[in-house]
Amino acid sequence: MIQTIATIELPVDERLVLEKNRLEPEQKTGREKRVSLVTGIHGDELLGMYVLYEVQRRIEKERHKLTGILDIYPAINPLGIDSINRGLPQSDIDMNHIFPGNENGNLTEYMASQLIDDMIGADLCIDVHASDIFLKEIVQVRMQKQDEAKLLPYAKMANADLIWISASATVKEATLAHSLNMMGVPTLAIEAGSGMRIDKDYGDQIVEGILHILKQEGIWQGETTEVRTPDVAYAEDVDYANANASGVFMPAVNIGDWVCKGQQIGEIVNALKGTVEEIISAPCDGKIITVRQYPIVYHGALMYRILRKNSLAK
Amino acid sequence: MTENLNERICEGIEQIRCFRKEEGTRLYIKYMRKEILYSLKAPYRDDLRVTGYRFGFGEKTACIVGALRGNEVQQLYICSLLVQKLKELEAHGHITQNHEILVIPSVNHYAMNIGKRFWAVDNTDINRKFPGIENGGTTERIAAGVMECIKGYSYGIQFASFYMPGQFIPHVRMMETAHSSASLANLFGLPYVVLRKPKPYDTTTLNYNWQISGTNAFSVYTNDTENINEESAQMAVSAVLRFLTRMGVLKYNCHGGYIASVIREDELTAIHAERSGIFRPILHPGDEVVRGQIMARILDPYEGTVRENVMSPTDGIVFFTHQKPLVNQKDLVFTMIRRLHA
Repeated sequence: MIQTIATIELPVDERLVLEKNRLEPEQKTGREKRVSLVTGIHGDELLGMYVLYEVQRRIEKERHKLTGILDIYPAINPLGIDSINRGLPQSDIDMNHIFPGNENGNLTEYMASQLIDDMIGADLCIDVHASDIFLKEIVQVRMQKQDEAKLLPYAKMANADLIWISASATVKEATLAHSLNMMGVPTLAIEAGSGMRIDKDYGDQIVEGILHILKQEGIWQGETTEVRTPDVAYAEDVDYANANASGVFMPAVNIGDWVCKGQQIGEIVNALKGTVEEIISAPCDGKIITVRQYPIVYHGALMYRILRKNSLAK
Repeated sequence: MTENLNERICEGIEQIRCFRKEEGTRLYIKYMRKEILYSLKAPYRDDLRVTGYRFGFGEKTACIVGALRGNEVQQLYICSLLVQKLKELEAHGHITQNHEILVIPSVNHYAMNIGKRFWAVDNTDINRKFPGIENGGTTERIAAGVMECIKGYSYGIQFASFYMPGQFIPHVRMMETAHSSASLANLFGLPYVVLRKPKPYDTTTLNYNWQISGTNAFSVYTNDTENINEESAQMAVSAVLRFLTRMGVLKYNCHGGYIASVIREDELTAIHAERSGIFRPILHPGDEVVRGQIMARILDPYEGTVRENVMSPTDGIVFFTHQKPLVNQKDLVFTMIRRLHA
């Protein structure tokens, strides 16, 4: 059942509408658990669109096996999604910086507050992000250290390759995940793939994880697959390779590859002079968990994140 | 100190003037130093150069920063006026001994030159990257590079802009931290000093990080951002010169300015649009208003009929007005300073 969460009048003959789809069991007892699946806070992150579609498709095929309530929020930033903007197109504001919002605030704060009001009371929330257009990430669950005890059991069921416990942008203050966690709704932030693209394999991996969690929570009685055992890493377990030259980045390794410290993993080249501006070497032994997708780089641009091998031994 | 001025080697990469000359019986000393404080190579564009202008010698007394965002043209303009004025004052020996002033007119002109507001590659806001990270991402490196040059000054002044387009009564804004001093902000002689309780996202702004690093930091807001407003630009220049004079840095005869009212941001009355449409303001920043007065009209964009008369909920003074011709439902269209005493 499609429900309207909030609606706002735009200046000329258009309404901004925030919607969700509620899936309920055929026979309700009144004691069902409720899980929220959300995506599209950033208008350039589209992987979650496929994930939420596919979860619904599989559930609809065996609707009688749904034994809880599932709320699907596919487009928190509809204007951004429909205009290929990461933030809110009118103001450039990142919607994941304004939670929990304000009912008496401006358009974005109001929308955020209405969304939070609608989600309060859920037993679990899963917020699906992709990376931005610049990076590609392996399937990972992100959380802050303060939420580790509460969220780690859920995260281990998510079929992710990595659980990264650090104050990353996806989970820090003023994000949806942080706000809901503070308000008593356990919220997992999943990050995978790249912006403006849908990697179906990553999407299917996340779908399997969500269905597994739903089954463990007693919401879904259908078949699920065995989930992967993720690496668990803290902030200090991840190393970075940032550009020290400007130019065109040419990667030499792929996501998931193992690399040795000092190994050449890419170059920054100059197409005008035909020269190599920087040879990029791996800063440690480990596994590539992030690779830059957008080739033009300035000094400082992130090219790789590497999960340190010695952290895995821990 | 004046013996070998011609030979003085200024710090930095570029020095444009460092000389003395006699004109009649009067001694003019000009040693404004133009320096590249930070530079960044681009793949195909010219280098990004963050340029600073130093005046006076000695203790790091005051640092003034202009456009951190690409749309802050008014802020850039104010700095250019200030550079002119400080050059003139220094030439007349009106910068007192042992005080150095640094002016950085622009940081993100890479965005300004192509009509963008934030860093043109990834749309990140340099004013949300302080104190920066030396080996971090591009805008973190820029912020770190700039921070390295501007820390350690006694007073930090930023010509700032609001996140929403609009016009303000000129004022000085400060974050309320253990280091903030509203009485110092009063010395700018602008009509208002606004105190803001820092929110989580404020902790990465220049103003906040300046304060945390021990600098008395002030953000000066004038009427405009994307357009040049001559009157408020001159007001901002006067305010900075007045402040520096009162702090004993300059010898400058200036009008005394206002005795500022200190207000807290959360005490301002916010007025949001109940309807969307074409926004036609009737009142402007600084106007007095009584309860029930029509402050603006919001019109149906097709038929021109009035969708909403935006009414004042209280007696007071208009502090901020929405500036764009269109307005969404719920947009902030005015803030007001409530009149507390009849």
